[in-house]
Amino acid sequence: MDGSLALEIPQIFPEIALSVFGIAILLLDTFLPKSKRHAATGIALAAIALTAVFTLGLVGEDGTFFSGMIVVDGFSIFLRITFLVVGALTVLASSSYATRENLAVGEFQALVLFAIVGMNLMAASNELIMIFLGLETLSIASYILLGIKRSDAKSNEAALKYFLLGSFSSAFMLYGIALAYGATRTTNLEAIGREIAAGSAGMTLIYVAVGLLFVGFGFKVAVVPFHVWTPDVYEGAPTPISAFMSVGPKAAGFAVLVRVLMVAFPAAYAKWLGLVWLSAVLTMFVGNCVALVQSNIKRMLAYSSIAHAGYILVAVATRNQEGVAALLFYTLTYALMNIGAFTIVSLVSRQGDRKTYLDDYAGLGFKQPGLAAALSIFLLSLAGIPLTAGFAGKFFIFRAALESKFVWLAIIGVLNSAISVYYYLRVIVVMYMKEAPDDWSPVAMSSSAIAVIALSVLGILQFGIFPDMLISLARSSVIGYR
Amino acid sequence: MRNYFPLLLMFVVVAATVGAIIVLSAVLGPKRRGKVKDSPFECGFQPFQLPTDRFFVRFYLIAMLFILFDIEVVFLFPWAVVFKALGWAGFWSIFIFIFVLGAGYVYAWRKGAFQWE
Amino acid sequence: MEIAVFLFLSGIAIVAAANILVQRHPIYSALSLIVTFVALAGIYIQMHAEFIAVMQIVVYTGAIMVLFIFVIMLLNAGAEQKVPDKVHVVKYFGLPLASLLIFEAGLTASRTFDGEGIPVESASINLSGNTEMIGRALYTQYALPFEVTSVLLLVAIVGAIVMAKKEL
Repeated sequence: MDGSLALEIPQIFPEIALSVFGIAILLLDTFLPKSKRHAATGIALAAIALTAVFTLGLVGEDGTFFSGMIVVDGFSIFLRITFLVVGALTVLASSSYATRENLAVGEFQALVLFAIVGMNLMAASNELIMIFLGLETLSIASYILLGIKRSDAKSNEAALKYFLLGSFSSAFMLYGIALAYGATRTTNLEAIGREIAAGSAGMTLIYVAVGLLFVGFGFKVAVVPFHVWTPDVYEGAPTPISAFMSVGPKAAGFAVLVRVLMVAFPAAYAKWLGLVWLSAVLTMFVGNCVALVQSNIKRMLAYSSIAHAGYILVAVATRNQEGVAALLFYTLTYALMNIGAFTIVSLVSRQGDRKTYLDDYAGLGFKQPGLAAALSIFLLSLAGIPLTAGFAGKFFIFRAALESKFVWLAIIGVLNSAISVYYYLRVIVVMYMKEAPDDWSPVAMSSSAIAVIALSVLGILQFGIFPDMLISLARSSVIGYR
Repeated sequence: MRNYFPLLLMFVVVAATVGAIIVLSAVLGPKRRGKVKDSPFECGFQPFQLPTDRFFVRFYLIAMLFILFDIEVVFLFPWAVVFKALGWAGFWSIFIFIFVLGAGYVYAWRKGAFQWE
Repeated sequence: MEIAVFLFLSGIAIVAAANILVQRHPIYSALSLIVTFVALAGIYIQMHAEFIAVMQIVVYTGAIMVLFIFVIMLLNAGAEQKVPDKVHVVKYFGLPLASLLIFEAGLTASRTFDGEGIPVESASINLSGNTEMIGRALYTQYALPFEVTSVLLLVAIVGAIVMAKKEL
C-alpha cells in the first residue's frame, strides 16, 4: 500500500479490528488448554464492542476509498451496525450452546468474526470483485459453522448441501461479473452505471449479467426459486447458526443486491424490476404456504425466513429512498426477532438438538411462562402484529410500495402476512393450550441466552411501539442514495 | 513467441528421448516371461494388500493445506517480478498478506495438522 | 507457426478431454485431465497470459489434481459401476437436448453479441508478458482485495482443519 492508501486505512478499521481479533482467538485457542477455551466468547464480544466504536466513528464519512473499492456512507454504516448486532447476539447465544454440544468454541467464535468481516465488506463494497471476496469470506465461514458439529450427520449434511449449492451460485455470480466487465471494461459499480448511461455498453450482455448476478444474490438471501437449500440447512445446522444464517447473510445479500441494482444497473430497471417483482410474489407465497404444513419448528422458521425475504424484495422493487430505508429497518428488526426465536428453539431442543418438533412445545406456557411469553412476542412480531417491530417494518415496506405505485405487491404482501399469522399462532396455541407431556424435563437456561432473549424482546418492543427513532435514522442513512 | 523456442526445443528433446528409450527397450530388450516376473513388485515383499484399498482421510487434509499455501505462493509470483518498482508500498502489501497466512500456518502447526496422528 | 502451435495444443487438449469421458477408471480420467490442463497452459502462454499459465500449472495441475487423486483414492472408486436402469431416460434424451441447447446458445451468441463487449488493447500485449502489469495492479490499486484474499485463505485453512482433523 502506498502513502495515499495508508491514509485511508481508518475507513476499514472495523474490518481490521474484527480480523485481528479473529486471528488472535485462533492463535490463543491453540495455546490454551481445552478447559479455558471458552475465553474466546469474551474476546469475540470485546472485539465486536471495539468494532462498534470504530464503526460509529465513521458516521458522517461519505466517499469511496482504496481506489474506489470501498464506499463509506450512511447505508453501509447502518448495515455494519446491523451485522455487529447480529454477530454479538450470535456469539452470546452460542456460548452456552457450544459448551452444551461440546463444539470447538475458539474456531466457532473466530469464524463468526470472520463472517462479520465478509458481511461488512459486502455492504461497503463498491466493486464487483470486492463484493465477490466479501461474499466468499462469508460463505466459507458459514460452510464451516454449519458443519461444526462434526459428529452429527445432519450438521454435515447441511454444510455439504450449502457448500455445493453455494459454490454453484458463486459460479453464476462470477459469470455475471465477467459479462458485466466484458460489456463495460470495469468492475466498479459507479463506473458500470456511467458506461451504461453513456450508451457504450452492449445491453444484451448487461441483461444477462444482471440475471446471473440476481441468481447469485438470490441464492444467498433465499428467494424463490433459489430457496430449496434453506429448510434442510436450517434444520441440520447448529441452532445459533441457523439463527445467524437466517439474518446475517440475508441482510448482507440484500445490501449487495440493492447497491448493485441501483448503482450499477439503474438503466436496466425495466428489466430487473420484472425479475424482482415475480420473485417477490413467488417467495412470499411459497414461503408462507409451505410453512403452514411444517411440524418441525426449525423448518417452519426456515420457510418463514423465505417469506420474509419476499417482503424485503418488495422494498427492493420500489427502488426509492423510502423503500431502502424500510429495508434497513426491516433487516435490523427481523434480526432481533429471528435470533430471539431461534435462541429459544435451541434452548427447548435440549442436548443434541433433538426436540425441535411442534409437540415439544406443548405446555411450555405453564412450565416456563417467561420463556413462552418471550417466544410468543417473537412469533407475534414475525407475524406482524401491531405494537411489535415486525408490524412497523412491514408497514414501512408496504407504504413504500404504495408510494411507488406497486399496489399489487402491497396487497399480496398484506395477504401473505395474514396467511403467516396462522402458523405463528399455532406454536403459541400449542404452548398454552396443550398439556405438557409427563416426562417433561425443564429447559436449562443460561445467563447469556437470557441476555440474548431479553435484548431481543426489548428491541422488538422499543422499535415496535416507538419506530420513529429507528426509521428516521434509517432515512437519514440513505440520503444521497439513488 | 520466439522467447519460448528453447522451451519448445526442450519438449521436443524430452519427447524424443523418452520415446526412443521406450521403443529401444521394447525392440532390443530380451523377453523372458515367468510367473515371478509377471507378479506385481513391492520392494521384494509378497504383495499384502490390494492397490484399491481406501486412503486415509488425513491425506485429504494435507492436500487441502497444500492447495491453500500453493495459492499463497502464486500471489508472490507477480510481486517477485515488480518488487523493486513497487518499493515500500509493495512490501507492506505482501507483508500483511504473508502475516495473515503466517498466522494460519501457526494455527495449523499448533493444532498438529502437520502431524501424522 | 502460431497457428500450428495453437492447433497442436488445442488438439491435445480436446483429445485428452475426450479421454476423460471415455476412460472407465477415475484415476485415468484424472491423469487425462492433467494433460488437458498442461495443453491449456500452453495456449495461455500463446495468448501472452503468462501469469494465468503459471497458475494453471502450479495450482491446477499441481495442487488441485493432487486433491482430485487423493479424493478418488479416498473413495476407493474402482472401475465405474454399471449405470442403473432408471438413468436410461437421461441417456436417450440427454444428448439430443444438450446438443439442441448448445446449438441454440451458439446461434444466439453469434447473432446478438456481434460487436458487443470491449476491444482488446494491443498495448497490453507485449512480448515481456503481463505478469508485471498484474503485479503493479495487484499490490497498489487492488491492494485491499488482495489483503482480503489472505483473510479468505485463512478462513479456508481453519475450515480444512476443523473439517478433517480428528482432534481439535
